[in-house]
Amino acid sequence: MDKLDVVVVGGGLAGLSAAYRLAAAGRQVVVLERGDAPGSKNVTGGRIYVQPIREFLPEIVADAPFERHVVREVLTVMDDDASAQMEYGHGKWRSEPHMSYTVLRARFDRWFSEKVMEKGAFVIPGRRVDDLLWEDGRVAGVVAGGEEIPAHIVIAADGALSFMAEKAGLRTPLRPENYALAIKEVYRIDPAAIEDRFGLGQGEGAANLFMGSVTRGMFGGGFLYTNQDSLSVGIVLGMRSQMDARPQVESHELMDAFTARPEVARWIKGAQLEEYSAHIISEAGAKGMPALYTGGMLVAGDAAGFSLNMGVTVRGMEFAIASGVLAAEAANKALDKGDASKESLGLYERLLKESFAMKDMETFRHSREVLENPRLFTVYPKFICSLLEEIFTITEKPKPGLYGSAKKAAKKYLLNWEGFKDFLTLRKM
Amino acid sequence: MKIEEKLALNAMKNDRESHIRLDQKICAACKERYCVYACPGHLYSLNEETNEMVVEYAGCLECGTCKIVCVYNAVSWEYPKGEFGVQYRCG
Repeated sequence: MDKLDVVVVGGGLAGLSAAYRLAAAGRQVVVLERGDAPGSKNVTGGRIYVQPIREFLPEIVADAPFERHVVREVLTVMDDDASAQMEYGHGKWRSEPHMSYTVLRARFDRWFSEKVMEKGAFVIPGRRVDDLLWEDGRVAGVVAGGEEIPAHIVIAADGALSFMAEKAGLRTPLRPENYALAIKEVYRIDPAAIEDRFGLGQGEGAANLFMGSVTRGMFGGGFLYTNQDSLSVGIVLGMRSQMDARPQVESHELMDAFTARPEVARWIKGAQLEEYSAHIISEAGAKGMPALYTGGMLVAGDAAGFSLNMGVTVRGMEFAIASGVLAAEAANKALDKGDASKESLGLYERLLKESFAMKDMETFRHSREVLENPRLFTVYPKFICSLLEEIFTITEKPKPGLYGSAKKAAKKYLLNWEGFKDFLTLRKM
Repeated sequence: MKIEEKLALNAMKNDRESHIRLDQKICAACKERYCVYACPGHLYSLNEETNEMVVEYAGCLECGTCKIVCVYNAVSWEYPKGEFGVQYRCG
């Protein structure tokens, strides 16, 4: 078999973006996808922030079958039997260009793969890549289903577990400290009911994040996104945090407890569960990234550790698309020069460093240190809920002044040495 | 809804061979059984008769959590062969 220009491992957003660009540049590209179609192994929470990627793939962003554009952000802070909710919306979010969209990956990725094929790349589903081919100490293709597929360059876009990056020696084994488990349920519901329940116009969407007792003090939180005719509801749970928790908690039970909460149950009432999915998320930020390239190979998307938890915003898909496009650019230049050495492919890292993807990863380098503070999931939600309880409660006894109540709650939860340390840590983000 | 019923909603194409293998010697010495608690599909359990760990690979959501939380490296986990395993229709 003649050498292909590029073989892409994984038909997710990073892999498809890379293939799209390379095919558009006239390169011979094959995408190998282990699922029965692109998207069938992929899970998002999910929302995609499109502004940073418009310049990378304008026509894809413009025509993509996204679900709803988000016009309302809801933040719910939960105590065991109480909650406080804050809503934020801005009029400009209702008009184009929209900032973010809810998305379901099975639909989006499959559509995207059709666009990639229209550009002339081959997307082959049902193919698991088992190994890398090596030549003179460089990656020189892949092995899939017992068949050798030689290529000048391999783009590993095989997701958060990236076996390819591991086989190429680019990353160390995965550690629970660096990962969170996300569980998601998708509920089918009439679009009119979504718009009615959330007070949305046609095609408009809402995003609701939940923090506090959702995870019983463990790192993580809950989410809910409105799709066109379904709701995506789920939890994120830090692996190390769950391992250390006593008594031990089963993650699927935590998910059940979440959807049973009245703050969540009211949205999904009468809706029918359609799918139960799970995926891992890198929580290590820039510190958890593997080496991004070696001779004959580039790593993109989740495989490269591109995901970022910024507290109330969680991002990944736009990094996948940007890194896929930049990997294609670096691969294309290397093919022009006829040089796929490690040195030549180093262009990829330089391009990434100039892009929003690496800049954001660097800016939020310390966000995990801030977010993995257990007080964020216990003390602070309790403070907010106790304060509101004091303010709203009228009993048979005379009511103390509001300032006094606020001072009492703040003294109990915030104005102490731990609170001061939290303040200092917060400045890192 | 029970977790088994939830898993039954998913589109699955199951291989006859498991893509997850456990090292029972290591499992026997493990006290925490992180896999039992972490697996979102609740697929890990202890067979009380044989005293061996069992994993119902057929319901696997392919998240890889068990591979990561098993810090004793008893879990050998690979992706199911091409076209096998869970096929998400929403994702």
